[in-house]
Amino acid sequence: MTDKVTQNAPQPQLLDRADVRVKHAEGLGGTISAFFDRVRSGDLGSLPVIVGLAIIWTVFQSLNPVFLSANNLVNLLFDCSTVGVIALGIVCILMLGEIDLSVGSVSGFASALVGVLWVNQGWPVGFAIVTAMAAGAVIGSVYALLLNRFGMPSFVSTLAGLLAVLGLQLYLLGSTGSINLPYESPLVNFGQLMVMPAWVSYGLAAIAGIGIFWTGYREATRRREAGLSAQSMAGIVARAVVIVVVLEAIVFYLNSSRGIPWMFGLFVGLVVAMNYALKRTQWGRSMHAVGGNREAARRAGINVRYIYTTAFMLCSTLAATGGILAAARLASSSQQAGTGDVNLNAIAAAVIGGTSLFGGRGSAYSALLGIIVIQSIASGLTLLDLSSSLRYMITGAVLAIAVIVDSLARRSRVSHGRA
Amino acid sequence: MTGTSQEPAPARELVLSLRGISKQFGAVSALTDIDLDVHAGEVVALVGDNGAGKSTLVKVLAGVHQPTSGTITFKGEPVTLSDPATALSLGIATVFQDLALCENLDVVANIFLGKELSPMRLDEVSMEIKAWKLLNELSARIPSVREPIASLSGGQRQTVAIARSLLLDPKLIMLDEPTAALGVAQTAEVLDLIERVRERGLGVIMISHNMEDVRAVADRIVVLRLGKNNGIFLPDASNQELVSAITGAENNSVSRRASRRAQAQESQP
Repeated sequence: MTDKVTQNAPQPQLLDRADVRVKHAEGLGGTISAFFDRVRSGDLGSLPVIVGLAIIWTVFQSLNPVFLSANNLVNLLFDCSTVGVIALGIVCILMLGEIDLSVGSVSGFASALVGVLWVNQGWPVGFAIVTAMAAGAVIGSVYALLLNRFGMPSFVSTLAGLLAVLGLQLYLLGSTGSINLPYESPLVNFGQLMVMPAWVSYGLAAIAGIGIFWTGYREATRRREAGLSAQSMAGIVARAVVIVVVLEAIVFYLNSSRGIPWMFGLFVGLVVAMNYALKRTQWGRSMHAVGGNREAARRAGINVRYIYTTAFMLCSTLAATGGILAAARLASSSQQAGTGDVNLNAIAAAVIGGTSLFGGRGSAYSALLGIIVIQSIASGLTLLDLSSSLRYMITGAVLAIAVIVDSLARRSRVSHGRA
Repeated sequence: MTGTSQEPAPARELVLSLRGISKQFGAVSALTDIDLDVHAGEVVALVGDNGAGKSTLVKVLAGVHQPTSGTITFKGEPVTLSDPATALSLGIATVFQDLALCENLDVVANIFLGKELSPMRLDEVSMEIKAWKLLNELSARIPSVREPIASLSGGQRQTVAIARSLLLDPKLIMLDEPTAALGVAQTAEVLDLIERVRERGLGVIMISHNMEDVRAVADRIVVLRLGKNNGIFLPDASNQELVSAITGAENNSVSRRASRRAQAQESQP
């Protein structure tokens, strides 16, 4: 009897380590093998997109050495930010297993609205921007209303919205068809020129690392105090250091050209905020639940209609924001804004980044990773002087591959009990 | 209904009282004029054949379906259960037959779904501790609370669903087939749990097809047949009585089989 006590004494039982059947990853080696186990069972996370990005970059770099030059990458970041913000909204919608096909039209409409209110009507630019974003929110709330009250599938309502909002955009722009935004204005500067000073970009990369370390450290301490297992200090430090080194290296390379665009900073800020909202708030938890099992979420007392409304409004507002950024980037509001491949690029970016079309799975970072893939392809093909016909075909093929990977991974997750 | 005269008059507070509850799905009357009383500290078993309306009744009480007519009185106040959130906030917790869990979320997220601690900055540590406490109370064999529900077995999922219903300290718990997917030990745990819940002064409504389980814990057995009340029994009622109330006839497949076996045994020795 006393033997047993002395044996048990040095190792107090952790609350979540009582079951002997579960393997737990211990130390660095354990973390790595757990990662491989996870990938094998179909929980791919961001792995496919990172592998894909590596392939795409290698191919384009070998075809044209300008591709990975700092100058080209800075331009790439400018281009990423506009559609990326739209893709961020799409992540929200896909999370619920719904779709918004009208984001391109909404973005074009928002850019037209800013052009008309600001340049033609002489409103202050800030006021015009807020109005355009509010208009986006209203459009989203209409889709939510159609879904909640009439059970209209979002596929149909947003397809109708695609046409209707495009009509609104053409009506606003009238016969002139295009409004040029003043070149010296802060908005156009923001979209075309403004980059972070070097110290700001280095500082932000460092702050990201410190933030990751601090949250990891705090959580580990709290868990240990509460008698739960926690990540080791070495693991937390290692992760933070790796992230800081990688980020600082990227920043250093880009600073050898113009530097990091403020617009890209805004995009990343939105991604981080969205990631927090989806992972660490009750709203985000409800989003996952509604996407995973709508009826179960309803029976758990979640206001499902409210969740749909917020998601559709957020998506359309972000689409409008993306449209305004695109107008700033091009210094014009035109009939072409938001048409063509904007819609599909935004949706493709979210899916390629790893947000499931089947609902309930996804992350804000998939918008960031996905849009970098899409824009890399676009930029690489432009450098090769290939026509847009070829660009469409290749982007389409990449989207198809991404969806196939998503479906296969889902099947594998189901068979490994991780759906 | 005068069937209530069979029961001994309980001195305890009436938690839930249904009068004349009907529910129609199109031309089908799933429930017709159902009366039901549940007192504090009482386990009421709801039995009936497939399609008798047990699960529909539970869904009405959980706010999933709205009754076509009839009144629901909860703790002396007439209430309208317009949606699941209303039922939950009143203190009516339900373990559904299909469990209503989100397979893509982990155990902690499912237990706290819709009731997360600190909504703007989820308190994962406190939630995980509370989840472990609830699960340990149920002697649950859950390997890890951070795995998605999809990786759990049927019995483990059932335990998670029961743990979730206990989270909010409800006044009335409804369990729809709580032991159907459970092993021997866990069935005993759930029955123990039901008794513990009763001792805490909560009302319990339990649906089961297992007469043994029903007799073991129920204070009263309410029989539904084709959406109507068909008698109220005490747990010492004979199997014959219960079965004939459930199937609606003295002469039914169960009694015929029993009498055949009795005859065969008589003729054999």
